[in-house]
Amino acid sequence: MPWPLWIPAALGLALVALPVAGLLLRADLARLPGLLTTPAALHALRLSLLTAALSTLACLLLGVPLAVVLARARLRGVRLLRAVVLLPLVLPPVVGGLALLYLLGRNGFLGYLLAVTAGVRVPFTTAAVVLAQTFVAMPFLVVSLEGALRGAGADYERVAATLGARPLTAFRRVTVPLLLPAIGSGAVLSFARALGEFGATITFAGSLQGVTRTLPLEVYTKAEVDTDSAVALSLLLVVVAVLVIAIARPRAWEGTR
Amino acid sequence: MKRVASLLLCACLAAGACTAQGAGDRTVTVFAAASLTESFGALAEEFEAEHPRVRVRLNLAGSSRLAQQIVAGAPADVFASANEATMRTVTEAGRAEHEPRVFATNELAIAVAPGNPHGITSFADLARDELTVVVCAPQVPCGAATERVERASGVTLRPASEEQDVRAVLTKVQAGEADAGVVYGTDVRAAGERVSAVRFPEASRAVNRYPIAVLTGAEQPEPARWFTEFVLGPTARKRLLEAGFGAP
Repeated sequence: MPWPLWIPAALGLALVALPVAGLLLRADLARLPGLLTTPAALHALRLSLLTAALSTLACLLLGVPLAVVLARARLRGVRLLRAVVLLPLVLPPVVGGLALLYLLGRNGFLGYLLAVTAGVRVPFTTAAVVLAQTFVAMPFLVVSLEGALRGAGADYERVAATLGARPLTAFRRVTVPLLLPAIGSGAVLSFARALGEFGATITFAGSLQGVTRTLPLEVYTKAEVDTDSAVALSLLLVVVAVLVIAIARPRAWEGTR
Repeated sequence: MKRVASLLLCACLAAGACTAQGAGDRTVTVFAAASLTESFGALAEEFEAEHPRVRVRLNLAGSSRLAQQIVAGAPADVFASANEATMRTVTEAGRAEHEPRVFATNELAIAVAPGNPHGITSFADLARDELTVVVCAPQVPCGAATERVERASGVTLRPASEEQDVRAVLTKVQAGEADAGVVYGTDVRAAGERVSAVRFPEASRAVNRYPIAVLTGAEQPEPARWFTEFVLGPTARKRLLEAGFGAP
């Protein structure tokens, strides 16, 4: 490895690590346990973990088939389809929130339909939080899966087909097991992204303790008046995120190598 | 061309790369409550017309957030807050050059869809089960005022969401997602035809007083004082009354 690479590499690391260190230095460690166990903090943590888990599940149920279709389908326009699916990766989350609002809000056509036929209101509910998180997190799963699918090739599936397996059986018994490591890492990425989701949530779901105010929203609320607890909650988010990435990702990666 | 030059100048200032004096103009940075958006926009123009060498740069956001930024050392010259409690954060941190002076007052009002389709006529109506109500979070001035009205009137709201500033509440009502939102009377007026206002007597129990102060360490203390005097003066008083603010 050429040694000059160390310089930009170190700068790059510093750019990420130093602000987090700043957060640590600013934190009042003695008061940390107290700040993290206030009812508001606990509500936010519980809500965040619950919604991130649910949206990861939704990402898996919808994202795995989507990735397979994008990687395997021989359709015209798949390229365009992929661009649409990956849109949330590049859109500002607030735009995602607005888009959801204009679909599922009271004046959105689906929202209107739901309200009239089922009496269901989506914005301002925990379901809205899950939807917002799924919207921004799913592309992460699709991207990592699609790459793995292309890398793996379709040979095993073809062989399974020549051995008489129906397409669904081949998918269940061959494709999915092959993809498991990639699914694992994609799920972890989605979970981490869902945990950090802010813009789409506050736009589409609003902010109410215990219902829609997830950890990032609680940090935003607290930053207005109580910097100490905002910093404490930020640290908590950092710790959870690091744990998620450190524990789950490498394990998920092992199989892909 | 002049516009481009002043934009560039602003960018320069924001980056801290050069000072206004270099170009012969002086820029005073005013941090002001979100509810002052329209009023201070108009006042800044009038002030600039009176002081051709001075530019006013407005930073409009929730007062509490602005106060936090000022305490953290944000380069601001003047702070206009939506209530005295929030201004106190700044004075207690030693960042106000003088005792803050109140230049306007504001009362809460209920913002509803044009024509008030749900027939909301009182603050107590907001507790009706079928209504989706959005308010400000108690941490910000409009939310603090809403809480005071709740205590004074004995009405407990069950809001669908607690937003971070008064404009976010108004947006939810305008978008039709909320049936009603508790905002300031001036916000409803500024929104024009897009929302209607419902006034309620309990609002007088939680009148917000808007203080203004020049900040210590201001880069432009002199124009900052001029601007503050201007806001406290008769021309500004007239404009603020027109916008629906009360006299201090």
